[in-house]
Amino acid sequence: MAMSQIKEVTPLPVAESIESAVSVRNISKNYGAVEALRDLSLEFPKGQLTSLLGPSGCGKTTLLKIIAGLLEPTSGEVFVNGQPVASPGPDRAFVFQDFALLPWASVLKNVTFGLEMRGVGTSEREAIAEKYIKDVGLAGFEHSYPHELSGGMRQRVGLARALAVDADVLLMDEPFSAVDEQTRRKFQEDLLGLVQNENKTFIFVTHSIEEAVYVSDQIAILLPRPSRVSEVIRPSNFRDKGVDNIRRDPEYLDIVDNIWASLRSYVE
Amino acid sequence: MPNRALQLKILSALILCGAWQIAGLIPVSYAFPTFTETMGALFDMARSGVLFEAYAETLQPLVVGVVISAFIGIAVGLWVGLSNFFDWLFSPIFIVMQAAPLAALIPLLVLAYGIGLTSKVLVVCIMAMPVIVLNTSSAVRNTPESFKEMGRSFLAPKHSILLRIVIPAASPVIFAGLRLGVSAGFIGAILAELKITPTGVGDIITYSRSIADYPSMYAAIFSIILLAVLFLNLLEKTETVLFKGNQRGYVSD
Repeated sequence: MAMSQIKEVTPLPVAESIESAVSVRNISKNYGAVEALRDLSLEFPKGQLTSLLGPSGCGKTTLLKIIAGLLEPTSGEVFVNGQPVASPGPDRAFVFQDFALLPWASVLKNVTFGLEMRGVGTSEREAIAEKYIKDVGLAGFEHSYPHELSGGMRQRVGLARALAVDADVLLMDEPFSAVDEQTRRKFQEDLLGLVQNENKTFIFVTHSIEEAVYVSDQIAILLPRPSRVSEVIRPSNFRDKGVDNIRRDPEYLDIVDNIWASLRSYVE
Repeated sequence: MPNRALQLKILSALILCGAWQIAGLIPVSYAFPTFTETMGALFDMARSGVLFEAYAETLQPLVVGVVISAFIGIAVGLWVGLSNFFDWLFSPIFIVMQAAPLAALIPLLVLAYGIGLTSKVLVVCIMAMPVIVLNTSSAVRNTPESFKEMGRSFLAPKHSILLRIVIPAASPVIFAGLRLGVSAGFIGAILAELKITPTGVGDIITYSRSIADYPSMYAAIFSIILLAVLFLNLLEKTETVLFKGNQRGYVSD
């Protein structure tokens, strides 16, 4: 019953009409005897935000790290812009759940890290970094150290670092889970703006149903035991109604309810 | 409030010196001079130049031993921390070195290396190196996984991950190891001079004790402790300058 309702509002074939920035084909990942992912395939349309949503232990972070090239799949392939990839590359940037900022380095040094590793000269990389630090709303904090910033500000630094390297694909591992509720709402609104303005593909791991439905063009629901994509939902109608109206849109509320209905039995 | 910290340190030193003075005045033992007597002996030795001659002698094995221990200790520690193979190969050696009753082993060192500088340097190294190696290796092994992943995902080559991420992240614990190692090295240098051949500060201690000139004996001991404290403070300052944001701990905590 719940399933049929989703299908009414989300005609699936839309995905095929848009070119994929990232394709994941038949990925399996075993940790010893534990099967983290089994024969998982998924397409990530270019210029859109796709969420990986599921209960804990469903392998969503594992999948993201395989796409990032940080983990090696046991079998299967990842394609970015049509090319197979097996290690981190300039086409992908990562935003970490725990921010992963270097505590001995200033905000500026943290944001320039990726550019420095790509061999960009000092003055150029600092100019680029200053632009993105300003974009994420941290102008004036260039020479602060991470411990002097709040949790939300730290994640803005993490975001600026990922944006600065100008990768096609942004991989975000529960980026807002360690910040407070109000900051998180602001982040979610900002993220919608980012998806619209930056011509990038976003892959977003979250365990929050509301967050996934709010920010995503496409939601992939992952289920554990064995890990698999159980369904792909594409909200279609409320995206253009403005950030203030999304949370009371009937379609938004229906999708949230339906996802909860299908996940409920997997949550202990 | 750095001034308050300094005030407290001075207060603590004053209390210690005062207690020493009182204990010397009672006296707790005939062989225990007062603080002022000891300071008097210290200034006499400094004025006559005996003290500086002694340090010229003592600092040789101390400096050589501490420098060797610091460099080789950190290098081996990094190696051991980064590779399981070297962990299995080297860790037991340093754990044994740390637990060994060194004073009992000194005759063996003398048999093998004579009574010269080599043996004394070895004593300093055996005292200083294990804690430096063990601290460095465990610090390196405990680099937060997300730091390393961050380095890899932003395309840092292996040597950059080591130099820009692993070593700075490990630096607080490496420096803690250095501080412990250097203090142990000071103990080792004096131990070598007492147990192998009486030279330098060890000679002052041995000789003063034999002629019951206790103020000079305690002055020599006091001076070596003072030097160790000053050196440790210098090490701490170096750390603060090198890794500024590290004092406040990790962001991910």
